[in-house]
Amino acid sequence: MRIVKLKNFAKQVRKNIIYTAYKAGAKSAHIGGALSIADLVAVLYSDIIKIKKSKKIDENRDRFILSKGHACLALYSALVEKKLLKKKDLETFESDGSKLLGHPIINKTDGIEFSTGSLGMGLSLGVGVALAAKKKKKNYKVYVIIGDGECNEGSIWETILSASHFKLDNMTIIVDRNNYQQTGKNSDIMDLKNLKSKFASFGCDTFEINGHDLKKIYSVLSKKNTKKKPRVIVANTIKGKGFKLFENNNNWHHSVITKSIYKEILREI
Amino acid sequence: MSAEKNIKLWSTLGMRATFGLIALELAKKNPELIITTSDVSTSAGLDRFKKQHPNQYIDVGIAEQNLIGVSAGLSSEGFKVISTTFSPFQTLRCCEQIKVNLGYMKHKVCMVGLASGLVLGNLGFTHCSIEDIGSLRSIPNITIIAPSDPYELFKVLSEAINYRESVYIRLTAGSNSKIINKKDYDFKIGKAVEILPGKDVAIIGCGNVLSNCLDAAKILKEKNIDCSVINMHTIKPIDKEKIKNISKDYSLALTVEEHNIIGGLGSSVSEIFSDQGSNCKLIRIGAEDFYSTGGSYDYLKNIYGLSTEKIVEKILSNYKQNEK
Repeated sequence: MRIVKLKNFAKQVRKNIIYTAYKAGAKSAHIGGALSIADLVAVLYSDIIKIKKSKKIDENRDRFILSKGHACLALYSALVEKKLLKKKDLETFESDGSKLLGHPIINKTDGIEFSTGSLGMGLSLGVGVALAAKKKKKNYKVYVIIGDGECNEGSIWETILSASHFKLDNMTIIVDRNNYQQTGKNSDIMDLKNLKSKFASFGCDTFEINGHDLKKIYSVLSKKNTKKKPRVIVANTIKGKGFKLFENNNNWHHSVITKSIYKEILREI
Repeated sequence: MSAEKNIKLWSTLGMRATFGLIALELAKKNPELIITTSDVSTSAGLDRFKKQHPNQYIDVGIAEQNLIGVSAGLSSEGFKVISTTFSPFQTLRCCEQIKVNLGYMKHKVCMVGLASGLVLGNLGFTHCSIEDIGSLRSIPNITIIAPSDPYELFKVLSEAINYRESVYIRLTAGSNSKIINKKDYDFKIGKAVEILPGKDVAIIGCGNVLSNCLDAAKILKEKNIDCSVINMHTIKPIDKEKIKNISKDYSLALTVEEHNIIGGLGSSVSEIFSDQGSNCKLIRIGAEDFYSTGGSYDYLKNIYGLSTEKIVEKILSNYKQNEK
């Protein structure tokens, strides 16, 4: 039964993503990278991350950090399903003065832990938050999604060294391995080669999974960490996943969904 | 701790070692204090702190971008965080992390920039820091303070740790630094201190180079020029009232700083002069936008016009006795 729930959650996330991008109109939106993490975010918010809407921010909530901030449509979409945001908030996406811009803005009551968007920074904040949990003897967990393109940033590797050094077993890092970055394929722009073995060599407990296999995602994320190491999940994904027009088509990294395209792709859900 | 009795000892130790001692005191009063560093425990005088408070000490290795990220993460969870490393690495190396995490998101961290200015001149300009104030000053929500001596550093840290926003604390000079403040005085972030009254010329300085300003004032007094020396310890938010008054009350004012004259104290003061509209002539003394050959602290101070003699010369050639 869990799988039905996960599937529905993921479906709603995808619906919200394209709805928001469509409503954004000519302002355009980061579509490809949001859709590649849609299933990951769906599992996290459906069954893993403990967080709920409340006036007082719960110190024991799990922390989610979207280090690849440009994929914010996936986060906003999941937060709507989690009732931390309202559906109508999505319609304000990227409009003047909105709290939902093209990169997340810190807003803990709505479930947005940090302002991200400048790549390579969110993971480092995550290490600080995970260290804080250890110091305060709190059991909350820290989940960070980083992009594969983001792994070009040297700061990612500074941070991984420290996550491993500090034995942050309360931290799970998911790498959205969609093989693309802004202007092309990773392998053409800056080849990342074997990411799993890289993270393993930095001392992390590493997994490699199909980032669209909901069952598999759930099974890895729900597994207890007994290794005294930060966990890194390299999730092999497809940029633009869920819609034929967008899949592995980097023109949809950041683009406009017109009314006719919206009508057409909606049928695929 | 009766801080006043430590004035002499602390000035002998210099600001860096004093920082380590003050940190021990701060840890007693602030259980939520965490000091983060980038492999500089010894340079920051923190070896004792590290032993006595291992749970309040985090070394992220030589990785300053991560230093700021981790510090901001801890701050977001309610810790009072002081980060520290050598000034160029504490500021420029992680400038964007400072912008996003401390400026944009307003996570509060006190950053202590060790050995700023020219004191490490014999190591070359990778280790000098004449750009830190200028770079950070353009980032909103960051207060910038250059304490004049180790005793003032004590006052700065005590206030900064509970201050409303992030603070960059710029340490200058080495061991055997000059005593600027001989006895207790009122310190408040953003409020300049007139350390020597005088009616003819206003010398506005920050950091330990104020000792050269005081020495220059003494020499000029014998030449019948009465200089006031103002300790503008807080460069941002700057004491506008004090500067406005100077621009009204004096015909000649100077800024003196171990920093590029672009972007630092001199720029800050001239901005207020410009806003105010003033007949007072303002001369900015500091690095005139070039990297000198390296050398000792005194060598570089002399090259950049910051030695006592050069300050005296500058005032003599610009102050017209008939203006009296």
